Amino acid sequence: MRIHFKTDYQQDIRLFEDRRETIQYLLLIIAAFAAPFFLSEYFLGEVTYILIWVLAGLGLMVLAGHTGQASLGHGAFLACGAYMQVILLEAGLPFLAAFPLAGLFAGVVGAIVAIPALKMSGIYLAIATLAFGIMTEDVIILLEHWTGGVEGVFTPGISILGFEIDRWATPDRFYWLCLIVVIAVTLVYKNILRSPTGRAFTAIRDSEVSARAMGVNVAGYKTLAFGVSCFFTGLAGALLAHFLQVFNYEAFLILISIQLLLMVVVGGLGSIHGAYYGAIVIGLLPVLITMARDFISDVTGAGNFTIPGLETGIFALILVGFIIIEPLGIYGRWTKIRIWLELFPMARKDMFRRQKSYLKTERMK
Amino acid sequence: MSLLSVRDLAINFGGVRAVDGVSFDVEPGEVFTIVGPNGAGKSTIFNLISRFYQPSAGAVHFDGQDITAMRPDQIAPLGIARTFQNIELFEHSTVLHNLLVGRHSKRKTSWIEDALFLPSTRRAELEHRQRAEEVIDFLDLQPYRDKMIAGLPYGVRKVVEIARALASGPKLLLLDEPASGLSVEETQDVAFWIEDMQKDMGLTILMVEHDMSLVSQVSDRVLALADGRPLAMGTSAEVQSHPDVIAAYLGVEEDAA
Repeated sequence: MRIHFKTDYQQDIRLFEDRRETIQYLLLIIAAFAAPFFLSEYFLGEVTYILIWVLAGLGLMVLAGHTGQASLGHGAFLACGAYMQVILLEAGLPFLAAFPLAGLFAGVVGAIVAIPALKMSGIYLAIATLAFGIMTEDVIILLEHWTGGVEGVFTPGISILGFEIDRWATPDRFYWLCLIVVIAVTLVYKNILRSPTGRAFTAIRDSEVSARAMGVNVAGYKTLAFGVSCFFTGLAGALLAHFLQVFNYEAFLILISIQLLLMVVVGGLGSIHGAYYGAIVIGLLPVLITMARDFISDVTGAGNFTIPGLETGIFALILVGFIIIEPLGIYGRWTKIRIWLELFPMARKDMFRRQKSYLKTERMK
Repeated sequence: MSLLSVRDLAINFGGVRAVDGVSFDVEPGEVFTIVGPNGAGKSTIFNLISRFYQPSAGAVHFDGQDITAMRPDQIAPLGIARTFQNIELFEHSTVLHNLLVGRHSKRKTSWIEDALFLPSTRRAELEHRQRAEEVIDFLDLQPYRDKMIAGLPYGVRKVVEIARALASGPKLLLLDEPASGLSVEETQDVAFWIEDMQKDMGLTILMVEHDMSLVSQVSDRVLALADGRPLAMGTSAEVQSHPDVIAAYLGVEEDAA
């Protein structure tokens, strides 16, 4: 087991715990940047898609994982980012201006949605955001002038300082663009977590009464959490617009919102890693299902077959499984495995038994 | 001038008058204790001062400023910190993290500075951490520094609550039953800490407590309440021997003659 002797306050606010971790992450980033050189075009596309989901997941993680506010309507903010990106690019703005503005638009919409949401918590907030998510497709169709209605829109190409980036013509460049955005957002996220802002978020998650007594303006920080969360998700939406190139309201059905929530729960609520693990599962699952189906049809000779709703069914089963068996998600499970390995053979059986927590007063809510 | 001044404070919950015309002044540097049987309105007074409840009558002044109309989150920046009777810690965080949240009212950076982790945030962060470590040293919490609250025993949680309140560097500390559920030794520790906070740190402490040995050991003045109304005020010995207080706790003997 690694024990850190702390000699400096800087040690607690560093990005990485120690030298070993720094090297691990550096290697991972180098490998990620080198991916286009050893991945086939098909898999590069899949990885790019996963990166976009990671970004959207990071957004929802701020809200659901760290501020404790569930949102079942995050697909709406994905749509905000995507359509705004197309509108701004068509208005002639360069990508470098349109991209942050598209994210900002989603962030502002999120902060406005937060105002009525402040009065709600738990299941009621989930229902309200769910309604918001369901509304999205109708609103998109109604705003035909900007969104192209049922027909949908074409996303213009990207040009950054003379570099042409296109999902099909230059998949490697598009992948690098997504990677850089994801790394930058992760860094911002980590910065928020290691500063008073992030601590205010987690304080609201754990005890609103206590947070208030410590001087946290709960309404203000919830609005901020919504804004930051939707900003991240809006950026993901803008990238998604470029990834899909042609899209309409069907890209933002309520299922997308539910998949997003599923992703952060499966990955592990309350950790940045969770957004990554969740996106990998959600991104690769359809690929795995297709592969499994091909394999079964080859072995049994049944030919091509399709089972309607198979994917949704498997997603639902996975979600139920995680909630029952490992509520902390993949990240939580991985942490336990890692600690077990580090302590081997000293790990105790009951080490991760959930602690009985003392009853909290609900009187002042 | 008194640090905290409570005037004719009253609150109704439906038909119940939980606090009814309570007035007292807490002088700078003193330990002021409120005692009384269950349901006397002691914790309600705390929640009125912290602005969790809206009083139906009366006013609270702190440091000459009327705080009766403020939001609950505006109280901590004035220099009032509190603990909770039933422990309201941030369960899924470490002890250190809890103390750092306690310093929220002293934050100097905006969220944009935080998101970019500018040098100003780093400087402020180092200062927060230094203050938090001082409190950890003072309350002997070093062994639990990086432990999650969810795994800590009850006695330690009680101390972490005091530590979190202390981390904000308050002028006035509200302790809601700091010794409830603690062993004799732990209660003695709390008594020493209260003395140190009063004498060395110059803190003013307003406390609600049932343990009369602790009350008489540390309190400068004691206010006894029953059914939301003040019964007696004075030193611990005076209040304990006051006939109305004895009557409130033990009942009055019916005069057979």
